[in-house]
Amino acid sequence: MKTARYCGALVAITLLASACGDDKKASGGEALKAIGDGEKALNLIVWAGYAEDGSTLPDYDWVHPFQDQTGCVVKSKIAATSDEMFQLMSTNQYDGVSASGDSSVRLIDAGLVAPVNTALIKNYADLSPFLKDQKYNSRDGKNYGIPHGWGANYLMWRTDVVASPPDSWSVVFDKTSPYAGKVTAYDAPIYIADAALYLKTAQPDLGIDDPYSLNQKQFDAAVALLKDQHSIIGEYWNDYTKTQSAFEQGSTVIGTTWQVIKNLATTNGAPLETVVPKEGSTGWSDTWMISSKAAHPNCMYMWMDYITSPKVQAQVAYYFGEAPANPKACAEIATLYSDTTHCDVFKATDESFAKSISFWATPRKSCLNGKGNDCVPFVDWIKAWTEIKG
Amino acid sequence: MTSTIVTPSPGPSSPGQSASRWFHRHPRARLVSLIGAPAAWMLVLYIGSLASLFLTSLYRLNDDGSGIQKVIGAQNYRTLIDKSVYLDVAVRTVKIAVIVTLVDMVLALPIAFFIAKVVGTRWRRLLVAAVLVPLWASYLVKAFSWRAIIGSPGGVLDRTFGVSPNYGEVGLIVVLAYLWLPYMIVPIYSGLERLPDSLLDASSDLGAHFGFTFRRVVLPLLLPSIVAGSVFTFSLSLGDYIAVDLVGGKTQVIGSVVFDNFSADLPFAAAFAVVPVIVMVAYILGIRRTGALDNL
Repeated sequence: MKTARYCGALVAITLLASACGDDKKASGGEALKAIGDGEKALNLIVWAGYAEDGSTLPDYDWVHPFQDQTGCVVKSKIAATSDEMFQLMSTNQYDGVSASGDSSVRLIDAGLVAPVNTALIKNYADLSPFLKDQKYNSRDGKNYGIPHGWGANYLMWRTDVVASPPDSWSVVFDKTSPYAGKVTAYDAPIYIADAALYLKTAQPDLGIDDPYSLNQKQFDAAVALLKDQHSIIGEYWNDYTKTQSAFEQGSTVIGTTWQVIKNLATTNGAPLETVVPKEGSTGWSDTWMISSKAAHPNCMYMWMDYITSPKVQAQVAYYFGEAPANPKACAEIATLYSDTTHCDVFKATDESFAKSISFWATPRKSCLNGKGNDCVPFVDWIKAWTEIKG
Repeated sequence: MTSTIVTPSPGPSSPGQSASRWFHRHPRARLVSLIGAPAAWMLVLYIGSLASLFLTSLYRLNDDGSGIQKVIGAQNYRTLIDKSVYLDVAVRTVKIAVIVTLVDMVLALPIAFFIAKVVGTRWRRLLVAAVLVPLWASYLVKAFSWRAIIGSPGGVLDRTFGVSPNYGEVGLIVVLAYLWLPYMIVPIYSGLERLPDSLLDASSDLGAHFGFTFRRVVLPLLLPSIVAGSVFTFSLSLGDYIAVDLVGGKTQVIGSVVFDNFSADLPFAAAFAVVPVIVMVAYILGIRRTGALDNL
């Protein structure tokens, strides 16, 4: 009797809990026609370092000047991963996000972000053309965001251990690698694309066109390659301080990395070198997107224009360690930080370099490259990533 | 300093007094008003979240993966059973939790015995404080500093002694055993404190040497405390995924798989999260017989 009563209570609670869940409807909405008065508030989801208000380092503050100019009070929430960004955006409590390609396509698909009227963004014309109208920031001729900045995933090695400079990703995929146990790889399902990119050259008969548009056979080949790679991996990384310390110590000697990690570790005295191998490289290109349920759309447009202005681009790109989307920032960096090499180091204006990078994009069933409807969707990438790590 | 003494006066009573009389006559209402709020809190936050976890685990993603379909089905559990990787991960997680618990037991017993029975009062206070102090430091700071200690080559251990567990399962067990050790020492210590010294004296008067006394007198009386400590170390190890990420090398545990899945496939993540709940319930049911739960 007693048990039955408890069960009844449990069922009631369960129903209550399920009633609280929300249903999502996909509809991106319409782009803004004109920027009106600011709503005096702006809620953002950002990568660490994208909306600095001087609380980390007093010299890096571009949020307060924005607030003074527009009256929009910025509240920013830092997200650690693309998955977290997607999760936060689905709460509809934010006006915008600095999404990387591995969440931006999902955001468009789920109708969580609205098209952007680029004519309202004064600085849009100045941005590097190779970042515009890409598959991770546009759909059916509509723009869904403003490019922010970008970078490549490089192959990095310790020059004191790896004698001959590698020029191919094969060095991190070879099961008989002399660096077994000291190899690192990026810890995210999107890393499967790195294997696919390598196979595109190494096994041309697979017919891989775009590493984010893989059919089942191509996908299985990439997964098999990564399962082999697992035996020589020392550790996977997704937190950059973790891989930085591993490269500095020498517990990791070769693997995939970001330019900013190399810069930081080299400053600390680690003998490191990076290259974009002959197969090309994956990379990330971040986009400011506006929520389809934005409560403060005017402030969000003002922010998108502000963050792409040359001076602010210079501040963000220099602070974060990335190539600015606005090439006019290069001169500003030279003035602000007396550093004339930043844009050369990050190859900010090198179009052919940018073209050699396959920027992250969320894989989905209807192929991103437009070739068919049989591509392996991202959910399967996540499951496969678990299996790869064993 | 002045004080007023209020004496209950006959005649017309204040609202407070009549309310208290009413509650006196209605014990049921008294009980409900007393524990109603905390019980509701418990029910909603604790049972409610567990119930919604279980319910979510029965849902599925819709075809394009963009949202959750609220259709009840066991397909997530089928995936867990069909793909051997999930069983491997679950077994590995439980194995690590068991080893960490055993290591902590072996370390905590002599330390707690030393503090409770060997040293004097002043040293005892100092040592108890020393055991508890690491709990004041952030978990993340401790886990990250172990990265610098066990890394190989280049870590502190490697440079000092030339050997180091490096990042991986062994390193992970070392770090988890360190992190949860206080949770084992404290219950054992308090169990030993309640153990009268006269029992030890009597045992030795009757001719038993220390090892025998420990096995036949101390250990049986201490068992509930040890089991209570093991509930902490076992459950904390079972749920950890941050130390795993920092010092576990490429080791994958239940927590890391749940973390990887929770934003893209919440129902599946929920289904895998049910596994440690089941393990923990089985563990606690198993130890209920020892009476250790009275000691928590």
